[in-house]
Amino acid sequence: MKKTNNIILETALKALLFFIVLYSVYIFTAGHYYPGGGFIGGLMTSGAIVLLLITYDIKTVQRILPINYRIITAIGLLFAIGTSAGSLFFNVPFLTHAFTHVELPVLGDLSLHTATLFDLGVYFVVVGVTMTIIQTIGEDE
Amino acid sequence: MSFLHLAILSPLIYSLFMIFFKKFHRIHTGWFILPLPILLFIYFLSFLPVTSNQKMVTETFNWIPSLGINFTAKADGLSLLFALLITGIGALVVFYSIYYLDRMKEKLPSFYVYLLLFMGAMLGVVLSDNLIVMYAFWELTSFSSFLLIGYWYGREQSRYGAQKSMLITVFGGLAMLGGIILLYIMTRTFSISEIAAESHSIWGNSLFIPALLCILLGAFTKSAQFPFYIWLPDAMEAPTPVSAYLHSATMVKAGIYLVARFTPVFGDSGVWFWLVSGIGLITLTWGSIFAAKQTDLKGILAFSTVSQLGLIMSLLGVGSAALHYADLDENIYIVAVSAAIFHLINHATFKGSLFMAVGIIDHETGTRDIRKLGGLMTFMPITFTVSIIGAFSMAGIPPFNGFLSKEMFFTGMVRVTEMDLFHLETWGILFPVIAWVASVFTFVYSMILIFKTFTGNVQLEKLDRQPHEAPLGMLIPPVILVSLVVIFGLFPNLLSDSLISPAMAEILPGLLGAGEEFTVHISSWHGFTIEVFMTLGVVILGIILYRTFPKWKTLYSKIPERMSLFRLYDQLVEGAQSGSYKLTKSFMTGSIHSYLVYIFAFFIFILTATLIGKGALKVDTGNVSAIGIYEWILALFVAAGAISILFVKSRMTSIILLGAVGYTVSLFYVLFRAPDLALTQLVIETISVALFLVCFYHLPKLRKYETRIRFKLTNALISIGVGAVVTVMALSAHSNKLFDSISKYYVENTYEKAAGKNMVNVILVDFRGFDTLFEITVLAIASLGIYGMIKLRGNRRKEG
Repeated sequence: MKKTNNIILETALKALLFFIVLYSVYIFTAGHYYPGGGFIGGLMTSGAIVLLLITYDIKTVQRILPINYRIITAIGLLFAIGTSAGSLFFNVPFLTHAFTHVELPVLGDLSLHTATLFDLGVYFVVVGVTMTIIQTIGEDE
Repeated sequence: MSFLHLAILSPLIYSLFMIFFKKFHRIHTGWFILPLPILLFIYFLSFLPVTSNQKMVTETFNWIPSLGINFTAKADGLSLLFALLITGIGALVVFYSIYYLDRMKEKLPSFYVYLLLFMGAMLGVVLSDNLIVMYAFWELTSFSSFLLIGYWYGREQSRYGAQKSMLITVFGGLAMLGGIILLYIMTRTFSISEIAAESHSIWGNSLFIPALLCILLGAFTKSAQFPFYIWLPDAMEAPTPVSAYLHSATMVKAGIYLVARFTPVFGDSGVWFWLVSGIGLITLTWGSIFAAKQTDLKGILAFSTVSQLGLIMSLLGVGSAALHYADLDENIYIVAVSAAIFHLINHATFKGSLFMAVGIIDHETGTRDIRKLGGLMTFMPITFTVSIIGAFSMAGIPPFNGFLSKEMFFTGMVRVTEMDLFHLETWGILFPVIAWVASVFTFVYSMILIFKTFTGNVQLEKLDRQPHEAPLGMLIPPVILVSLVVIFGLFPNLLSDSLISPAMAEILPGLLGAGEEFTVHISSWHGFTIEVFMTLGVVILGIILYRTFPKWKTLYSKIPERMSLFRLYDQLVEGAQSGSYKLTKSFMTGSIHSYLVYIFAFFIFILTATLIGKGALKVDTGNVSAIGIYEWILALFVAAGAISILFVKSRMTSIILLGAVGYTVSLFYVLFRAPDLALTQLVIETISVALFLVCFYHLPKLRKYETRIRFKLTNALISIGVGAVVTVMALSAHSNKLFDSISKYYVENTYEKAAGKNMVNVILVDFRGFDTLFEITVLAIASLGIYGMIKLRGNRRKEG
């Protein structure tokens, strides 16, 4: 895929990638209070990886990120189902979330919510699914 | 479970042991089977003292008590008569088959398994009091006779005959099931005796006639009545013992049993009288006329069975009229019922022996064609004796039993003319006339059967084998049957008190007071009555017709082949096949386009019909918000993009236009304050446009030519229709808002209960996280599907 010396794109990527990933993490974590969440966060993370794919070729990207995305999908589904099923151990219906506020020394008042774990599952699934599709189609001859 | 139940089920249980009998190669399997029907026959004989006193034995075995379906076995006069026929003739047929079927060449275990299945099923039919149980056994007889007819399944004709009999009898059986259910609806019981006891309560019920027709349909198909008789001649492809057993003595009489059994229920109605006696007479005449045309010995016997069954049926129909005359002593129509039962017994004896004799001829000469046979009298004297007695009895010649029942038949038919109900004052005269004509033909084919086979010249060059007398074992069963023919002929009252009178008491229960019983007296001579002259006329005209048979035989060929019911059946079956093929072919075109047309056309139709039918059509603009300038602009963009897709030439352009529509939709989300949706829509639209482009890039070169979408009127009409219907439906739904939204709850509780401020996200992961759980599963499946389709392509190529 890579034919010419694409130095501008590569340099720009080095600066941009960090921001894109950061933004996607922000949008994921802020999801419970502001627009965003696991779905759009996952899509943006895969957007960052796609940008990597466009700049380099598939083999290079696989060397940088030696990840099997189908396993990421599976991990995401496990997170979602595990969070949902976990409530059964506490004698409450399936998919009952719990939350609490914790005072931490450095971070201050922090609200912890099991819905975030569920959303993390969504995040992983979306990353896994998008990357699986794009990679498989891209590799196809 | 009582001993009676065990007796009914014993053939079925016994057939399970066939695998053990298979081990004894040196002994014919039939010898192991033979004791069972003999034991059963003796067992059923032990009921005679009970039933001849108008008593019955009832045993109940709970099967599905909650539905009222219990295996109630009831042995009364009528059931016992049939049970004795089944087991008695069954024993003789098994004995005969031991010599008829070769131990080495035939698959004997399957033959005897089918035969035992059939025997058990027949016993179940006649001895069950519960209609559902009887129906189960009824279908088992159809099924086992299907197996028996197709016993030589290597032959095309056997398979054809088996299929035909299966289709016709199962058709009737299902109709009968419908009748049973209708009876249950009317009486809330499946028990025949309870239905018969309260039969007067269902007379006049609107379901009475449908139930009657359904039950009769079952009886007529099973008993090979007109026009359902067509399966019986084709069932002659079965081995001869099977024909002798099933198609003369037992299975075809199941319909007779059914009619006799239901006479107390339905017999009071004129429809019953006309249908049973009318169809019986038609079958009698039709069968006897066409029997004389046959050239195959078994064909003659098949048509004669059809004809004789019609005779019994018509007698039962005429006998049902006796229910209208309460007086026992003066009731002259009772004789029809006693004639029916007497002829039932007689027919089983002489027809069984005739089938066995034909089997012997087939076995010893290699053919059943009367054009090849002749002059066998000197070669097979015993078979000849058996046949001539059987055939003379069938023709109604004294001193055999057929003569007596034929006389009683004439008596019954003559007395119809004296009836004063169901318009019989005018039509009654037809009965004796038709009966007499049919008897003449019966005489003719009986003579053909005997004299074409046994007299005349021997045509040795046409026969496969040198004819000789059959082995002794093969001769014993027909000789026993024929001696019964003679004994019943000479001492007709032997069975009157023990069998005939109790059976009549079951068919006409209302006529008897307590302690009374029918007195049946059959005498061979009762003076110069009209019946005697009728018989004399039958014999004289029969002899004349037989003598001149070669001259008028050509009349048969004048009947066009197209008119025959056999041809009609074939056309029906073929027409059903080709018709349904054509029908399926006409709409299952294989093109997705036409299926979409059906789906959308139906969609338009059903929604329009509902909208109009329910009066839901309503446009209420009262609660609509004001439309701003931005909405107008965006709507214009979407509409322009969507419409221009239809008219662009290049696929690339349409992909880009589609993307434009998608991005405008996300702008709509922004406008309508849905930031999460806007974000997602933007990214998803980008990805799908990219995927479209990938697809476009991979299109084969041949298909890449650029062209506009061709205009088709149906497509345009349907798409406009769908759009209009959906718009109207959306407007109506908006105008018919009945309840407030439940969104208030979410607004109030998002922070209080779920600790979040983004309501959309809280609904997605918390309030309704279950949906999300499976949506991500859908995504995972989609990605794995794409991965599988692309990566596993190599394997498919190898296989293809």
